[in-house]
Amino acid sequence: MDSFPILSLTTFLPLVGVAFIMLIRGDEHNVARNARWAALWTSLATFVISLLLWLNFDKSTAEFQFVEKFEWLPSFNIAYHMGIDGISLFFVILSTFLTPICVLASWKAVTTRVKEYMIAFLVLETMMIGTFAALDFMMFYIFFEAVLIPMFIIIGVWGGPRRVYAAFKFFLYTLAGSVLLLAALLTLYFEVGTTDIPTLIAYAVPPEMQTWLWLAFFASFAVKMPMWPVHTWLPDAHVEAPTAGSVILAGVLLKMGGYGFLRFSLPMLPIASEQFVPLIYTLSVIAIIYTSLVALAQEDMKKLIAYSSVAHMGFVTIGIFTATQQGIDGAMFQMLSHGIISAALFLCVGVVYDREHSREIAHYGGLVERMPRYAFVFMIFMLGSVGLPGTGGFVGEFLILVGAFQDNTWVAALASTGVILGAAYMLYLYRRVIFGKLDKEHLKQILDLEPREIAIFTPLVILVFWMGIWPDPFLSVFDATVSNLLQNYQSALAIAEPLNLAGR
Amino acid sequence: MNITADLAVIRPELFVAVAAMGMLMFGAFRKENSARFVSWLGVGVFVVAGVLVFAGSADTAMAFGNQFIVDDFAVFAKILLIYGAALSLILAVPYNLREGIDQFEYPILIVFAVLGMMMMVSANDLISLYLGIELQSLALYVVAAIRRDTLRSSEAGLKYFVLGALSSGILLYGVSLVYGFAGTTNFEVLANIFVADENASIGVIVGIVFIAAGLAFKVSAVPFHMWTPDVYEGAPTPVTAFFAVAPKIAAMALFVRVMLEPFGDLVLEWQQVIWFVSLASMVLGSFAAIPQTNIKRLMAYSSIGHMGFVLVGLAAGNEQGVVGILVYLTIYLFMTIGTFGCILAMKRAGRMVEDIDSLAGLSKTNPLMALALAIFMFSMAGIPPLGGFFAKFFVFKAAIDAELYVLAVAGLLTSVVGAFYYLRIVKLMYFDESSEPFDKNLGREITVLVTVTAVITAFFFVGLGPVLTGAETAAAVLFAA
Repeated sequence: MDSFPILSLTTFLPLVGVAFIMLIRGDEHNVARNARWAALWTSLATFVISLLLWLNFDKSTAEFQFVEKFEWLPSFNIAYHMGIDGISLFFVILSTFLTPICVLASWKAVTTRVKEYMIAFLVLETMMIGTFAALDFMMFYIFFEAVLIPMFIIIGVWGGPRRVYAAFKFFLYTLAGSVLLLAALLTLYFEVGTTDIPTLIAYAVPPEMQTWLWLAFFASFAVKMPMWPVHTWLPDAHVEAPTAGSVILAGVLLKMGGYGFLRFSLPMLPIASEQFVPLIYTLSVIAIIYTSLVALAQEDMKKLIAYSSVAHMGFVTIGIFTATQQGIDGAMFQMLSHGIISAALFLCVGVVYDREHSREIAHYGGLVERMPRYAFVFMIFMLGSVGLPGTGGFVGEFLILVGAFQDNTWVAALASTGVILGAAYMLYLYRRVIFGKLDKEHLKQILDLEPREIAIFTPLVILVFWMGIWPDPFLSVFDATVSNLLQNYQSALAIAEPLNLAGR
Repeated sequence: MNITADLAVIRPELFVAVAAMGMLMFGAFRKENSARFVSWLGVGVFVVAGVLVFAGSADTAMAFGNQFIVDDFAVFAKILLIYGAALSLILAVPYNLREGIDQFEYPILIVFAVLGMMMMVSANDLISLYLGIELQSLALYVVAAIRRDTLRSSEAGLKYFVLGALSSGILLYGVSLVYGFAGTTNFEVLANIFVADENASIGVIVGIVFIAAGLAFKVSAVPFHMWTPDVYEGAPTPVTAFFAVAPKIAAMALFVRVMLEPFGDLVLEWQQVIWFVSLASMVLGSFAAIPQTNIKRLMAYSSIGHMGFVLVGLAAGNEQGVVGILVYLTIYLFMTIGTFGCILAMKRAGRMVEDIDSLAGLSKTNPLMALALAIFMFSMAGIPPLGGFFAKFFVFKAAIDAELYVLAVAGLLTSVVGAFYYLRIVKLMYFDESSEPFDKNLGREITVLVTVTAVITAFFFVGLGPVLTGAETAAAVLFAA
């Protein structure tokens, strides 16, 4: 198994598709059609190959698997180093899973510059997979940052009326956070002499350095996550991005922040992570309550879901920093289920937007009469987002709250109000859009889901129920990695404990 | 010392000098229609000179009473600047023919300027340093004003001349101070003096500051940058391309050698000066570029910013810093030449346009050019995996190694501000509705050069290993005390 570079293949296969699409010539109509098919087949092939990763994954170990390592800059100790463990496996698969869905979702919605659009998505896919699979900090940073370029183009070219503002805000916010991550990366590199992630995790960073490094990491990951108060780019980006752009943004890009906390902040800087738990808890609780209330007041469907994302990510950060098995398992699970559910919700908005070109909630009402299948699908994801037992959303939130309860009762109690508020704004949204009387003239002719859209939603519906009813196949994959992470975390804290006491 | 041994050391310079005179003779006798041929002859001279420089790189060698040095550092810098000059000369060929400035003197002046730059890079004495700078500068003053019938070009030439002369004066004053207080102008002797006597006298320090000010002027670092936007805007575009590349590389290499070789042990005395100059350049380069509407002025501020980033490596004052500087200059060369290639292609209805807004909608009217320019812009903004990221990575790594945390973080944050105006160009090209397309048929030279430099910029990480190895050997020479 170690001979075949299956992980690199997954990562770079989309670029092969890009090369094919670039070669397409001919009149505009043909180019668009061929580009769509090429992108769809490439992304499907990538998805199938990424499933091989899951099938061959050894759940019993916390070691990195499918490791590939080549010298790149030997005198600088920087290597091409790829590998995945229980934490990263599902993010890779989430990326490969959502890309073909995005391609399908844009099948009819995107009519201008289709070729460039598909190229941008495939490049984006490579960068996303690379971010999660990189085992060298330098490589990680390259992929992490490179995501900005295709996303900037996607928002800016195919976005809504205020797309330029949103694209710039997205790019500059994220870049500002990231350059601080770069400074921290350089400092860590100087301290340890390598950028190899396993080596960095094993290295005990001096406690006085940890604080600063942690804050720099935090600057980057908190923007990406996004945490209150640096979340303001997200509603803008979501509203202006095309549907598929929002799907990727909510489904995968936000997870990079959580992945960063799990991969870097927690294992590399345990002492600082412990110190900053109150900060994380405070910001997360504010995020959950405040953004839920803001979501309640939204008039724009996409903005509402965007704010709900911020609230859900607040749960994730709480879960990660409880540093308990349940908390982190829950955070991982929440990220995955949110990746599916919020992506699906944006697709739901996309369905009516494609027909009506409006995202205003007031524009709709009573859709259930004309669109029963749509109402059904929307309901599943709406309830998943609320965290109804039996859907994926429940498992994550439940585990996180269990973890939080062990650590801090108040945080758990306050975070739980978020679940109630979540139910409030989602049900309110659903009532206004789907129920009521169909008395708006322009909605009288609206059509229900077509086969292509059903094909998009079917796998998502199955996944939401699968994750809710039988979560073990997912949980068992990251179990070993998470418990190993926690073990190292606790032992690092135990060593540092006398120092802390002396400091007090 | 044996004169033939001396001549063997300066073989590339000798070749360039003789070839330049040969070109002059050829042009003078052929007169009509010789410009194109002489230009390509100049390119050929650069190629041969590059090969000679490369072939002559075995060990460190001195010539003419230790006034002239050839080491790995000089070889690296010379190869960069020679190829920068060659590329910008190729860019100039179609433009000069079209715009009616096809005098054969143009390539000859460029060759002479390059000769001066090669001397600068190899200078091992304050006197030979000054001679190199002057040879270079005199040729550059004339080139800036090569379109003598237009007001802007003449103004650019005159401005460059007056301010350049002033900076040369400042530099010379610094040199005389150092000579007066230390008693020698030779780099090695100076270095030995300062090792023995760490507390250099105040006169020497003042001299160093003057020298640094003069050199900061040549690399257009803040606060000695004022001439740059005007000269960039006024000079014909191929000349601007040349100014942005070769003289910057030469002056920066010279700056590095002067600061680290004779005054290397006084690093604590001059570090704060470079620290400030570097930070000020980065800040001004990024903020002042935002309101610009002329793309050449924008590039001027961009180059000021880039020089600020390069100076971060010098402020670090360590071997990593020099590695970072050399890598940065290598990438800077390709990005800048490529960008100017695109600017040279901005021609509408037979007239050159320099307004940034005229780029609107380029991705529809000319997708390949838009893609290339987008690559250059993202690269200059320092977004991985493009070349510009690695450039910044290595200079900031050096700054962190030297524990200049404030400079590193501030510099990185200014790069975010800088990203704003680079993105603005991408936005114009990709997000905005198209205006009229640019003229086609701008000469194969530009298309080929832009394509090649774009590919190099985008896939720089492939060749990063060899470049780094070269930069490391080059940097090691300066620190092998």
